[in-house]
Amino acid sequence: MKLSYSWLKEWVDVPWEAGELGARLTMAGFELEGLVTSADDSILQLNVTPNRGDVMSLLGIAREVAALAGKPLMGPVRRPVTEALADTFPVQVDAPADCPTFCGRVIRGVNNQALTPAWLSARLHSADVRSVSPIVDVTNYVLLELGQPMHAYDLATLGGEIRVRHARAAERLQLLDARTVDLSADMLVIADRDAAVGLAGIMGGARTAIATGTRDVFLEVAFFAPAAIQGRARRLGLQTDASQHYERGVDPTLQLRAMERASELLLEIAGGRAGPVTRIHSNLYQPKRAAVGLRAARLGRLLGTSIAPESVQSVLSALQMTVQDAASGWQVTPPPHRFDIAIEEDLIEEVARMVGYDTIAERAGETVIHFPELPRARPPEAAVLELMSARGYHEAITYAFVDPQLQERLFPERASLALANPIASDLSAMRVSLWPGLLRAAAENQRRQQERIRLIEHGVCFAVADGAVREVDTLAAIACGERLPEQWGIARKERAPLDFFDVMADLELLLAATGAADAFVFEPGQLSCLHPGRAARVLRAARPVGWIGELHPQIVRELDFTYPPILFELTFYDALRVDPAAYAEVSRFPMVRRDLAIVVNENVPLSALRERVTLSASSLLRQCRVFDVYRGPGLETGTKSIALGLIFQDFSRTLTDEDVDQNVASIVAGLRVSLNAKIRE
Amino acid sequence: MKDAADLLARALDAIASSADLEALDAVRVRWLGKKGELTAALKALGTLPEAERPAAGQSINAAKLQVHSALEARRLELERRQVDQELLAGRIDVTLPGRGEEAGALHPVTQARLRIEALFARAGFDLAVGPEIEDDFHNFAALNIPENHPARALHDTFYFPDGRLLRTHTSPVQIRAMLARGAPLAVIAPGRVYRCDHDLTHSPMFHQLEGLVVGENVSFANLKAALHGFLAAFFERDLAMRLRASYFPFTEPSAEVDISCIFCAGAGCRTCKHTGWLEIAGCGMVHPNVLRASGVDAERYTGYAFGAGIDRLAMLRYGVNDLRLFFDNDLRFLRQFRAF
Repeated sequence: MKLSYSWLKEWVDVPWEAGELGARLTMAGFELEGLVTSADDSILQLNVTPNRGDVMSLLGIAREVAALAGKPLMGPVRRPVTEALADTFPVQVDAPADCPTFCGRVIRGVNNQALTPAWLSARLHSADVRSVSPIVDVTNYVLLELGQPMHAYDLATLGGEIRVRHARAAERLQLLDARTVDLSADMLVIADRDAAVGLAGIMGGARTAIATGTRDVFLEVAFFAPAAIQGRARRLGLQTDASQHYERGVDPTLQLRAMERASELLLEIAGGRAGPVTRIHSNLYQPKRAAVGLRAARLGRLLGTSIAPESVQSVLSALQMTVQDAASGWQVTPPPHRFDIAIEEDLIEEVARMVGYDTIAERAGETVIHFPELPRARPPEAAVLELMSARGYHEAITYAFVDPQLQERLFPERASLALANPIASDLSAMRVSLWPGLLRAAAENQRRQQERIRLIEHGVCFAVADGAVREVDTLAAIACGERLPEQWGIARKERAPLDFFDVMADLELLLAATGAADAFVFEPGQLSCLHPGRAARVLRAARPVGWIGELHPQIVRELDFTYPPILFELTFYDALRVDPAAYAEVSRFPMVRRDLAIVVNENVPLSALRERVTLSASSLLRQCRVFDVYRGPGLETGTKSIALGLIFQDFSRTLTDEDVDQNVASIVAGLRVSLNAKIRE
Repeated sequence: MKDAADLLARALDAIASSADLEALDAVRVRWLGKKGELTAALKALGTLPEAERPAAGQSINAAKLQVHSALEARRLELERRQVDQELLAGRIDVTLPGRGEEAGALHPVTQARLRIEALFARAGFDLAVGPEIEDDFHNFAALNIPENHPARALHDTFYFPDGRLLRTHTSPVQIRAMLARGAPLAVIAPGRVYRCDHDLTHSPMFHQLEGLVVGENVSFANLKAALHGFLAAFFERDLAMRLRASYFPFTEPSAEVDISCIFCAGAGCRTCKHTGWLEIAGCGMVHPNVLRASGVDAERYTGYAFGAGIDRLAMLRYGVNDLRLFFDNDLRFLRQFRAF
């Protein structure tokens, strides 16, 4: 809210200049967000938190400043209103719980074309309120001054009576701003005999609005219960000064005073004769201000400091609270305008705020020796990311909501969750994979002339199955462009665009760091966004934990990639769970190596070859390495030669040639029989 | 024995002036070879008078020994020179860059988060986590923000059609941590949060740090000490901190936390909008309703909680002036954060 410093001075003898006042208010909970000083005034822009509706007025700020400065609260001189008319307008309140107080008054013979005096329109202007006409200006002024919303009706347009009731089924109302809204039964309306004429506490209706020629006015000043107003305006896409005040709580004792103030100003500015005030007041539904207990010990314990009892008493009294001594502290009754004091802690905050948070000394908490859980199996996030960054990957952080079109193009088989109110349609689907975000980031980087891209991301994906959403902690990477950065000594050819196996090396390195390298298997698989011949499912101990593959060439074209990206994705915990290292004995005896070049049909994968070798060999086989894969001259088309290095070793003796020959013979025989393999001499 | 001294002097001279191993070998042959001059002098001893022979023999032998060792020393010297020359021929340009892969880097927000986690871990805080898709109870109701509460308007919430939502803050983890672990406890919960707000200073997704300490005598004074300690440690400097009264539904008393501007040390600059202060966190004593909603005895226990923007902490630490840079994933930006 905006506050005129000179106006405030009418209410309280402020001992500080505007800047200092702003600093004091900032510390007391009303942050100064801007200060504009001109020759005759300073305007303070203050941020009032939603719990303090009572401060959203000059009166409210003045009360706070008076309490902070230890000064009395003054205010403008009030002139009593002469009731020159006997006219009243019938009012009936059907919903007294939602409208415990309703005041109405008829004022006839107003000249609404009179000029609003400069001092008043200047004050409206200082709060960014436009001057419209005397009637409207006066109601706005009273709101700024006292924090009491008001409404003025053109009496001539009101049919028969005023009725405060809930909206009827399918009831509609055209508002002052010309919008027509559909009302629901939990909305309170002001109606006449015929229909709703205003949305209570939010906005008046168009039909009964004040016009330039309005002469007879019906003024409404009501107290609506916060619960009857809260949320309604927002639901209708509205936010008005009135609704903001009522939602936060308007002083329930303020209505007559506001009516008098408005009448006084209106008669002064635009003439007319006022009738008596009709006041419908339900004692039963008035907000109760119960006494709240405040224990001195609790105060000290919560704040961690002791505050002198006299200080407690004086700061609370300065805030217009009624403070009575009690056995172990005080019984404190908040004033009617305070809607935020319900429990002991609320009072403790008031005390702390008024004595100043900066007077509470810092004190270290009690030290408790405590060892947290540190499961060895939990993949260490920092180490995982550091390992990948050492391999040239930059960590990316992309939005968790992605373009549904891209996501569906990549994963047509996966259901996803859509936001009801996205900020943009291309950020509306919760990601089912980190790939949509990474692909977009890679494409953006390519557009920025970054030809070599390696990105890694760790984040949550949202898998949908049978209507339930599962948040899956995920690690994914994308790589495209040249294999190595441009550099001397490595031929351009050697730096050719990286392929599946370059990224596989990165993935294998990462998986080996789990300590369970042997548990992983890469199985040829089909995923619609990946190249059908260049994709593998990653299995750990036979359970699927991820994918690696080349982006489908069709999608490479659609996304305009120069080089086909290679992608992998892992479920973070399942794939990277750590098997703590366990020492295995090292053999002291020499290794024997035999190399075999095995010719098999093109469609025989290495994994099958390896499996067969392991099955046929004895336990002396330590390792089976691949050191060449060859196709071309000397081989039948449709076949390939895979060169294996077989390493044998025993723990108890040096191996003889016969031991090794026997093994090799058995391996060769096994390969011949099961895979129709030939040995290339 | 003028002869022997003269021979020695000439031999040593020849050794010293030999330029390479070949020349040195010629010198050896000339002086010590079968037909060498010193060999000849020894053979000529017989021509001397009997009485002079022993002395003459001695001095020639001594000269021979000296020539020997001079030859050896010179040989080592020349060999060393030759090796040096060969090595220098294999000289490389040590100013050329190394070959191979370049390093990547962790995202600056992750680096800031890991630093925060490390600091709090050392201070005895456990790490707590919670889901990013939350329900109304954890995100609002249990945090003392009932339906229709005006504070909800401050949270521009992303909703799903079924009423669930993307968490607007990490505070729901407070509820989950207390329900799961009970009191006493000290946890931090860093994580991603979402608000449907997108402009120069807002991103629809950002990162928050939540802290929660509950115990039998946890006080506002403790909260101040913990926050000040953390902020000074994070920024590695002695900074001033102030708490301003504020309002959060889930804390009472509540405060905004300011630190003296780390760019101008409080003198006033653009970053701190010439106030000398930077708003860095929100905090307060856990509202009894929140303790109760989390199954904690609100009379026996008190607690403090705080929330800070990790992105903001990272921006200040790295001097990044636009929040949106963090989520652009521009390699030219990311490459700047390779330092450990």
